[in-house]
Amino acid sequence: MTKEAPPALLVDDVHKSYGIHEVLKGISLSAAKGDVISLIGSSGSGKSTFLRCINFLEIPDRGRFVINGEDVLLKPGHGGRAYPASWRQIERIRTGLAMVFQSFNLWPHMTVLENVIEAPVYVLKMNRKEAIERAEGLLAKVGLYEKRHAYPAFMSGGQQQRASIARALCVDPAVMLFDEPTSALDPELVGEVLKVIRDLAEEGRTMLLVTHEMKFARDVSNHVMFLHQGRVEEEGPPAQVFGAPISARCREFTGALNN
Amino acid sequence: MSSTQSMLELLSPYPPGWGGVLLSGAFSTVMISLGAYLVGMLIGLLGAIGKLKGNRPVLFVLDVYTTAVRAIPELILIIGLYYAGTDGLNRILLTLGLPAIEINGFVAAIAVLGIVQGAYMTEVLRGAILAIPVGQIEAASAFGMRPFLRFRRIVLPALMPNALPGLANLWMSVTKDSALIAVVGYQELALATRLAAGNTKHYFLFFLAAAALYLVITLLSNVVFGLLESRFRRGQPKTV
Repeated sequence: MTKEAPPALLVDDVHKSYGIHEVLKGISLSAAKGDVISLIGSSGSGKSTFLRCINFLEIPDRGRFVINGEDVLLKPGHGGRAYPASWRQIERIRTGLAMVFQSFNLWPHMTVLENVIEAPVYVLKMNRKEAIERAEGLLAKVGLYEKRHAYPAFMSGGQQQRASIARALCVDPAVMLFDEPTSALDPELVGEVLKVIRDLAEEGRTMLLVTHEMKFARDVSNHVMFLHQGRVEEEGPPAQVFGAPISARCREFTGALNN
Repeated sequence: MSSTQSMLELLSPYPPGWGGVLLSGAFSTVMISLGAYLVGMLIGLLGAIGKLKGNRPVLFVLDVYTTAVRAIPELILIIGLYYAGTDGLNRILLTLGLPAIEINGFVAAIAVLGIVQGAYMTEVLRGAILAIPVGQIEAASAFGMRPFLRFRRIVLPALMPNALPGLANLWMSVTKDSALIAVVGYQELALATRLAAGNTKHYFLFFLAAAALYLVITLLSNVVFGLLESRFRRGQPKTV
């Protein structure tokens, strides 16, 4: 991790509750350009909620967010909770934070190519021809050039997820957010998606990855955070978190999944 | 032989045949239906969004609207809205010191039927929006789409496959509900038929001809809705 450059993403002390249930109890994270950070932990540990707070699909109760050098402006809302001061700013910031979802969430009424160029053309106002060229390049990269005119429902889960990665890449995001990208896939399709993500990591893409693929997280990330009950229970380089964790819970969790 | 000939003469589109009157009545029926349908769709879209996103007063108003319109027989609504509407408008004009106006029957018919259609559309479209998997809308948000862009590019095309069967039903019903407009004296197909039948005393012939025209409208509509449905379902595998 090079610390001289300003972080691509800085998140400080994020809290989030649903009713009286506190899901996030103060989580912080800093990602330099090129970092690959994996978030691991059991279901309900808050890792997906944390990821969704970063692009404000969930609105955090409080916290500080500096995304790509831009401080997200928050104002006090109901019951002392924070609320985005400007949705315009949130929308602008979101274009720099592409998300890959567990259930792909491709738009079913559009072909793969149309899915990929949608945000570049309609949000970033990129020239359509340019966007198509760019999208075709990215689809070739994820091995879907031949499928570019297919509709998502006619493709396998692995193909759909690769298409959704191409869709995310097409906005050239500063940080990519992966929310359990292989959890909805049949086991034999996981490999092809992980390979694409691994290539991106090697290219130096900045990524946050919520995953249950422990071996993959260990290989691909340079920083791992183990979340437990809304807190960071253990974090550090993968060798530490997987090899010699300080926390007993982390040892138990990674041990159980390593075997 | 002569009776066949006289039937053809009666149905001829040129006077003294009454075919032209019937055809122009059918044309009015289609135009009124089309107008009311579009007005209804606009009301329905706004109503559906209001019901899904609105605050309490908005919800209350929309609930009263959809409940009342769907509870009251359409014939009564049409007569009521037509006379109350014209009277109310003229009273407003009077207080503003403006001269009273005669409401064009065509415009009134579209307005009245549109208000009725809007209530049903609100419910059809509300259900169609609710049936969209939330992840698709989240994905649009996550890529920085603003609400209007998101609605136009993602929500609208995604709700259409869900809404089309209901929308087709509403179209079929508005083509026939438009016959109720006859009670306020606007000449569409039903009134034209009565006129022709009354003048010639050939009731059976003219009502059969009108039935055939309604059938043609319905069959053509079926073709159009079939094309629309296959267009909007292009991304969906066919279920057996």
